[in-house]
Formats: sequence, structure tokens, C-alpha cells
Amino acid sequence: MFSRAYKTIVTAPPLLWVTVFLLIPYLLMFCYSFWSVSPAQTIVHSWDLANYRTLFRVNVYWQTLLRSMWIAARVTIFSLLLGYPLAYFLSFYAGKRKDLFYQLVIIPLWVSYLVRAYAWKTILGSDGVLNTLLQYVHFTKHPLEFLLYSPFAVVLTLTHIYTPFAFLPIYAALEHIPRNLVEASHDLGATPAQTFWKVIFPLSIPGVVAGATFAFVLSLGDFLAPLLLGGPSGIMISNIVVSLFGAAYNWPLGAAISLCMLALVVSLLFLSERLEKKWSFS
Amino acid sequence: MATIPSSAAAVRPTTATAKSSLLSIRSVAKSFGKNVVLREISLDIAEGEFLTILGESGSGKTTLLRIVAGFESASSGEVWMGDERLDRQPPYRRRVNTVFQHYALFPHLTVEQNVGYGLRVAGRPNPEIVTRVAEALGKVRMTEHAKSKPSKISGGQQQRVALARALVNRPRLLLLDEPLSALDANLRRQMQVELKSLQREVGIAFVFVTHDQEEAMVMSDRIALLRSGELEQIATPREIYSRPATAYVAQFIGHTNLLQGEVRQGVVHCNSLSWATQLPEGPVLFSLRPESIQVVSAAKPATPGQLRVRGRVLQQAFHGATELIRVQCLGDLVLTVRTPSGTGIPDEVDLEFSAASAVPVRPSAGRN
Amino acid sequence: MELLVIGGLSPIPRSRWLLAHAVVVFAFLYLPVVVLILYSFNGEGVGGFPPRHLTLDWYRVLFQDAPIWDSVFNSLQVAFAAMVISLTFGVPAALALDRAQFPGKVLFRRLVLLPLILPGIITGLSLLMLFNVAGTKLSLLTIVLGHGTALISVATTEVFAGLQKLDRAQEEASLDLGANYWQTFWRITVPNLKLPIIGAALLIFTLSMDEIAVSFFLIGRDNTLPLEIWGRLRRGITPEINAVSTIIFVFSLVAIVIWYRLRVRGGGGDRDAAGTEIAEAAEGDLA
Repeated sequence: MFSRAYKTIVTAPPLLWVTVFLLIPYLLMFCYSFWSVSPAQTIVHSWDLANYRTLFRVNVYWQTLLRSMWIAARVTIFSLLLGYPLAYFLSFYAGKRKDLFYQLVIIPLWVSYLVRAYAWKTILGSDGVLNTLLQYVHFTKHPLEFLLYSPFAVVLTLTHIYTPFAFLPIYAALEHIPRNLVEASHDLGATPAQTFWKVIFPLSIPGVVAGATFAFVLSLGDFLAPLLLGGPSGIMISNIVVSLFGAAYNWPLGAAISLCMLALVVSLLFLSERLEKKWSFS
Repeated sequence: MATIPSSAAAVRPTTATAKSSLLSIRSVAKSFGKNVVLREISLDIAEGEFLTILGESGSGKTTLLRIVAGFESASSGEVWMGDERLDRQPPYRRRVNTVFQHYALFPHLTVEQNVGYGLRVAGRPNPEIVTRVAEALGKVRMTEHAKSKPSKISGGQQQRVALARALVNRPRLLLLDEPLSALDANLRRQMQVELKSLQREVGIAFVFVTHDQEEAMVMSDRIALLRSGELEQIATPREIYSRPATAYVAQFIGHTNLLQGEVRQGVVHCNSLSWATQLPEGPVLFSLRPESIQVVSAAKPATPGQLRVRGRVLQQAFHGATELIRVQCLGDLVLTVRTPSGTGIPDEVDLEFSAASAVPVRPSAGRN
Repeated sequence: MELLVIGGLSPIPRSRWLLAHAVVVFAFLYLPVVVLILYSFNGEGVGGFPPRHLTLDWYRVLFQDAPIWDSVFNSLQVAFAAMVISLTFGVPAALALDRAQFPGKVLFRRLVLLPLILPGIITGLSLLMLFNVAGTKLSLLTIVLGHGTALISVATTEVFAGLQKLDRAQEEASLDLGANYWQTFWRITVPNLKLPIIGAALLIFTLSMDEIAVSFFLIGRDNTLPLEIWGRLRRGITPEINAVSTIIFVFSLVAIVIWYRLRVRGGGGDRDAAGTEIAEAAEGDLA
């Protein structure tokens, strides 16, 4: 229906931009990962797998990667645990106030990430709100140290940031479930609990997969929360990459790690896409 | 001459109730906010009967059905099944099942699993479920599609699965919410026949909701006509057709001519016509079915006992086996007449009908 | 339609737990924000409970803080430029995805949408390597290019959703009545896309103002607001930050409510999709 000229004009500019600013940079990253850094702090085009060997042999790297994945996994689980019942409540029990609640959930999403992470820092610190409150009510005598500068703080903050991300696709999936299916289930004798597990939950799985993917991928690559709140024990893989591009100056190694992260993310996206298709019934 | 039916008589069931009453709807009313949808409806449903709730959109018929199913609660009134209050129970405890308008089949389950859902949820043992599901699928002739998913079968097939899914639970009452409205005309007619014979076979009371009056006439033991939340008339198809209680009923079901007349000293005066009557003095409204009027040749002398009128043909509409012609008669009387197709109709015709075929009806008040 | 609560009976008990859970989650989501706003008025700055000495001092200090305002100005420039770039390339991309078939379309789609879900660090670093190889000096311009690239996906997603809702019959009617493709495009298609485009613009602007991950690697001499705040945080907490954060919060709040209203109006009530298309699109659900 649309002329070739129209299609060309519409397709060419974005295609060009995406090639220059997305495709080529990824390719560059790919190339960098095979290079190395000379003692003189110059980039040497060595074209070998040295960086990848380093990543998988040197403890600090692969251990941090695993720890990051574990942190991301915890964030995902908590986000789902917080987000799913909330989405279910909004979709099926909120009635007229559904819209208002929905807006309330997405508002924190658009409040600066930095601002919220910083706020947790003030809450969790030794002198922070939570500790002074706990001491005020005599729950504890001394400030709880583990609250800040620990993996706990990172998981807590990231869960706070990414719960709305987990919520959104789950809510969309729940909203798409035709209400007459719920009525039919009740009509056939299933209680609300049975209806949830047999009808509602299975039909919401694509949303759960999408939400989980979001939470996991974005937490995995996060470097701000660990920097602000993680302390030495809460370092994540992205922090290492950041330092490799900064003070530690080893761009090739940093590129190799980034590429691994990119590969991991892309594989997860493919996997989640497959899962969603498998569980999609409309 | 029949007396004008009073409002009480119109809603009293007119069939001999040899069958016992299964479901009793007592003065059920429903409002959504300021919107009054049902106004004090009372009716009884007998065991094993096929009752159709007929009405236009907005008449409240679907709401009434949903109240019986349990998806809405009545604003006032009660629903009894036997000696138990039905409306106090959640839908999953009622021995009532529903066939939904758009079937509401579970997309993630196969046909088999859909049909077995109610049994599984009730915790019936596996072998029993397998047997009963197979039996139900056989009844609706969907056995070979047992392992398919709903998205892979046609609308008509989905409808049969929905039917099987409801019936397999052996409910005391089956509710059908316009189940045929999404089907095309031929399939619809076929399904009407199938549904009717299925109902006879299982012997369960069916409550069928539709806006299609032909469908209602074909399938029902009784028809309950709703208008703006009130019950206009409840009667067998033949009675509702030949003795409509109100002008609305007469016009809703089939075609009719409404004749306005006046009774003075035992004589009805209607345009240029008059005939003797036992109706009381005052204005009176008649329903005259088009098929009750004969077209006769002008030459033929007036038949004794028949009323005769002459007129000019305005319009002729072909309806297959019959034709409907509109005739302008003396005064401002316009009559619609049904004649067999193929007979030549001149421009000026003589019409005859008997006084008995003019059925007195109550006028219908305008309603929102 | 809400799940039936049986008339006359008490609500299904489980909803009480759900309601409690919802309250807890909302409290969790809003706690930091509330603390922040509260403590921006606290005379003793951060820490300590309960807050004492309510004061506007920190706001006063904030208003005299020149570097912050410079960075605000920088951020505004960047946001505006990023908005222009994202829309310029994102709108055609949406049209291309919706209407054109060409080799590599699938790869194109995935590339365009990837930055939405990819951690910002990867987008930022890959662009850093590009600029390094090309010899471009890092500055506000490189940040603009970074934001623009990352946010094209937002424009594409919003506009694509708008295109899906567009009734093809309208365009066909236009052609039938004698208008050619270009006239149809400008007279029928574009006006229908007005709301999604405005919504996307608002969203891109807000996201750019808050963007830090990509900016982190592409920054030159001039700071954007988030990076300015970040620098200060590294050096130690000043309560001034609470004040500026509160102001940011208020602006974001207003922006996002406007965006939401626009979205709902344009989508004809498809509220659940508003804000979720981003989530869905990143999964490659745009087919």
C-alpha cells in the first residue's frame, strides 16, 4: 500500500542511526575484547582470547559475576513476590480506584533513580532514620551495621527500584484475562483460590516472565546502587567494569566483560521470549 | 369475547403446572446506582422445562440470568431453589451452570480439560471424570476434538464444548446467555434444533436468554417477555402469539396490526367497522395478525360473520413463502396483510377478517 | 469489571490480606521519597529521628548554588536535544516497523528496542568506544548522542502503539477519496499520532533529565544535573541534596501525571498498556 519512496525515506534514517550508534559500537566492543593493554598504557591489537581467560580464571572476576547474578536473582524473586500480589489486587479487587492505584505505582518509577538510592542511604546508615528509630524504640542498643554497605543494602535498594518494573507486565497480563473466564470458573464450582491457581495464574505467566527478565537483567548490570550502598562486600560486576574503564585502565578486559554481559542479557531475552510464547494462549 | 387480561393474570403461568417448581424468583429487583434495571420480577421455573427469557437489549434479561447464576446480587427480592435460598450462595456452590455468550472456554486447557474442569475442581476421582467427560463430548459430538485447544476449533464447535462443560456437572438448572448470537443464520437454526432435542434428552431445565423472538418461539416451552425490567407476559409460544397481553407483546412477537377503537353500548366502533362485543365501555386496542386477514375478490359477496373493508395497496414485500402487503383503507386505517406468494394482487383489494381474530390488548405505556 | 463480592456476604476473606500486602508495598515504594522530602526541611540535615527544626534553609542554600544551576541548564539542553533526535529517528522507525518489509527487519527491531532493557552501562561503554576510535572529545554533545540513541526505543514504542490503534480504514478512506500517500500521511496519519508523539516527547525529556548510567561514561567537562548530584554524593552527604531531590520529585511527578493522562486519552482507555508497552516491547513483542 505504501510506495517504495515512502518506505525508503521512512526506513533509511533510523537504520543509519542504529547502525552507526548501536551496531558499530557493539562490534567495536567485540573487537576491543580481543585486544590488550601494554605496560605503557596503550591499546595493543593482539587479537587473542587473553581477556576471556582472565575473566574465567582470575577469581575476583568470575566470583563477582556469580555474586552479581545471585544478587540479581534475589532482587528478581523479591520484586515478583512484592509485585504479583499487588498487581492481582489492583486488577481484580481495586474496582473504581484501579486507575488511581496504578498511577501511584508508576510514579516512583519516574522519580530519579539516584534520588531514591540516595534516600535509602540516609535511611539505612548508622546515623540514619531506621537505626535512630530502632534505637529510639529500644529495639536495639547499637546501630545495626549490616543495614548499609552490604549486599543486603544493594538487594533492598534494587528491589525497591525494580518492583514497579516487575509489576507492570504482570498487571498488563492480568488485565488481559477476560473476566468471563473467572465467572466461568466460579460457575463450574471453583472457589476464588482454585480459580486463581487453575485459571488466572497460568494465563498470567507471560507477564511474570517479562517482569522477571526486566528485574534480573537490569539489576545485573546496575553499578550505581553498589557504589553508593554496597561497600566492599557489595561490589557487582559492573563496578569492576567501571573501574576498568577508569582508574584500573584496561579497556579490552572491560570490553570482554561487557560483551559477556551483553551476551548473557541477549540469551536471557531470547529465553524469556520463548517461554512467553509457550505460555501465551490468546 | 375474552376479557382484557389483567396485569396479574398476564404474569401468572398459564400452563398447567403438573411439574414441580424448581426455581422461584420472588420480587427480584436490581439497580446499578440510579439505573433501575429490574423492577420486582417474580416467576417460577418448572423442572425440566425450556424457558426463554426474551427481550430487547436493556430489558434486563441478562441481568436476571446473572442474578440466578450468582454473578450479580439482587438489590431486593429472593431467589429460591427448592427450599434453599439460592441468592445467599456464591456461584461456586450453586447447582446451576451457565453457557456464556462468548463461550468463555479456558484457552490454556484442551477441550477435554475444559469439559472436565468442574468435576476436577469438585475432586471427583479420575476414572469417573474420564467417563463422564467422554459421555458429555459424545452428546455434543465433539469427541474427535477432545485434545484440541479452543483456539483451534470453530465458533460452533466452541459453543458445543461450552455446553458439554456445563452439562457434565449435572446441574439442576442450565442457564444459556444468548449462546447462539455469535453464529451465522444457518448454523443458528441447526443449533436451535440440536439444543431443543438435547434438552429433552437430559431432562434438565434450561433458561435461555435471547432477543430473537423467532428463536424463542421455536425452542421454548414457555416464553417470559421482559421489557425495561418488567415482565410483560409469560406464556407458551402459542398463547403469547395468539393472545398477547399488551400492544408491546403483540408487536414484539411477529407482525401485527394495532387497531384503536371505542366500545359504545355493546358495539365496537373501529374506523369504518363495527361489531358486537361484550367488552366494557370505553377505548379499546386490538391486535390483528396479518395472516388473519384474507384478500378476497371484489366480486365475491361478503362472507357472513366476517368484517370487510376495501383499500389501496401501498407496498408489497416478498418474504419467500408469503408476502406482506400494506393496504391503505378508509379513514386512516393501514393494514398489513399476509398472503401466499404468487397470487396476483390488484391495486385495489377487498379484505376480510373475523371479529374474533381481533384480540384485545392492553396499551403499553411508554417506558425509558 | 471487578471480581464479584457476593451481595450481602462479607468480602472474600483473602482480599483483606491482599489489601494489607498492597499497603505494605506502597509504603515500601514511597518510604524513601517521604523521608527525602521530610528531611529536606530538617534543620539538622540528614540522620537523626525524629526530624527537628523544620526550616527552608537547605532550599535557600540550593538556590545560591551556582554549579547546580549550571548543571540544570546543561541537563535541559541535553534533554531537549535528545528529545529531538529520538523523535526524528524514532517516529520513522515505528512507521518502518509497522508498515515496511525489508531484509534485516527483525535485527533492526531488536537493535532499536535493545537499549530499553539493556543496562545503561553497556550502551554507555559501547558508545564510549565508538567516540574513542572516532577521536571525538567527550562533551555535552556525546551525552546528547548517547541519550538520543538510548531513547529512540521509547519514541518507537509509543508511536508504534499509536499506529496499531490507528484504524486502517481511515487511511484507506482517504486514498479512496483521492488523496495520495503523502497527503494521507500528513492529513490523517500524523494528526492521529499527535498524542503518542507528545507523550513520547514528555517521557523522553523526563528520562533524559534523570539519566545517569549512560551519561556516566560520556561526560566531558560539563555536568548534567544527575552527575552533579552524583559527584557531591561521592564527596559526602549534604542535605542540600534532599532539597534538590524534592524539587526533582515534584517535577517528575507533574510530568508523569500529564504523560499518563495523555496516554489514556490517546489510547481510548487502554490504561493497562500505558507504561507497559516499554516492558512488552523490550521483549520483542512488537511483531
